[in-house]
Amino acid sequence: MTSAMLAYLGAGLGAGLAIIGAGVGIGRLAASAMEGIARQPSAGGDIRGAMIVAAGLIEGATFFALVICILLALKT
Amino acid sequence: MKRWLGIIILSGSLAAGFAFASEEGGHAEGSEGAGSHGSHGSHGGPVDRNTETAEFILHHVADDTEFELEVPFPPYHLFTVHISDAFAGLVWESEPGACQKPTSPAMASFPSLGKFLDGCYDLRPTKAVLMMWIASALLILLALASKKRDQNGVPRGVLAHVVESLALFVRDEIVVPNIGKQEAPRYTIYLTSLFFFILAVNWLGLIPGFFTGSGVVTVTAALAVLTFLLTQAAGIRSAGLGGYLAHLTGGVPLGLWPIMIPVEVIGLFTKPFALLIRLFANMLGGHMVVFFLLSLIFVWHVAAAAVSVPLTVAIFCLEIFVGILQAYLFVLLSSLYIGQGVAMGHHGHDEEHAH
Repeated sequence: MTSAMLAYLGAGLGAGLAIIGAGVGIGRLAASAMEGIARQPSAGGDIRGAMIVAAGLIEGATFFALVICILLALKT
Repeated sequence: MKRWLGIIILSGSLAAGFAFASEEGGHAEGSEGAGSHGSHGSHGGPVDRNTETAEFILHHVADDTEFELEVPFPPYHLFTVHISDAFAGLVWESEPGACQKPTSPAMASFPSLGKFLDGCYDLRPTKAVLMMWIASALLILLALASKKRDQNGVPRGVLAHVVESLALFVRDEIVVPNIGKQEAPRYTIYLTSLFFFILAVNWLGLIPGFFTGSGVVTVTAALAVLTFLLTQAAGIRSAGLGGYLAHLTGGVPLGLWPIMIPVEVIGLFTKPFALLIRLFANMLGGHMVVFFLLSLIFVWHVAAAAVSVPLTVAIFCLEIFVGILQAYLFVLLSSLYIGQGVAMGHHGHDEEHAH
């Protein structure tokens, strides 16, 4: 196995793991937000806004990981 | 009625996909030229379809000094606008031949930055700049078209109402809650323009044949730098230069400063960096997914059109939503950061009063 192969493998695995993390995070976020809205529909607007901000922050962290994976795949 | 319309559109796009694919299959040589711009022309032998497709996609999402309108049938290139030729005078070299130097391997990912460091100052507009000009012109026209008011200042006409409701949404739902009523008017102008600009650039890129300006990292970096400067300015304005620098220490004892100051300084830069990566990666990623799904037809089989064309339509609709969501997020987080800068001073005053 050459180092280039390892780099591609690492990039692919890294991208997958990053997406798993982001998926779990945003999924839990959405689940909690929906529970919150179901319990108190009148607070729906505020909860939705806070949810979008948090989802955006999680997404940003995921993109950091994905950029590293892309660089790894493109540089080799 | 609506259902029938949907079925007609779907079958139409399917048929178009098949026609597109069979056309491409019949003119493999021609499409190859269109895809890689003749760079493979001298090779003669058959080119690997996967490599060719990847090159085609990367060429189409990368910034370039010429704008070309491509169509999936001969002659493939309807026309090419050489933006670089019209602005050839905007290149300066610190030493002769600086622009011809090959970029160093360390700077391979950032060719324009590498060129700049080598002494080649290339200020020629690119595709992305052209798209931003078009977006700005459209926004100016939109603003002029929607300024109609009656004598009480109430907007007249549909367009004026739509634009005003969007602008009010940005002001009342994003800017004021995050920055505060007192300081909000100062930053509303910038943040509202930012929202409309990002939205226009995002949506302009969805029109077939156009280019996504926000899918270029330098464009989003420029927007993030503006937010960064405004955040620092807001902090210095409200807390004073001393208070601003004191904030960098995080209020910890003197012995911890060597640890705290680097952390705080890095923290200043990660926030706009996340902003620029988010917008750039979202727009680039979405467009690449559209391209990849469509290119399944060419790298795999014509029958893949049955799956990939409806999927592409779905992703395309998602892209319309992502375009407005990313504009919203960019402005929301910008105002959040500026709001933190504005609060810096008030926070400091509270501490002064408390102690």
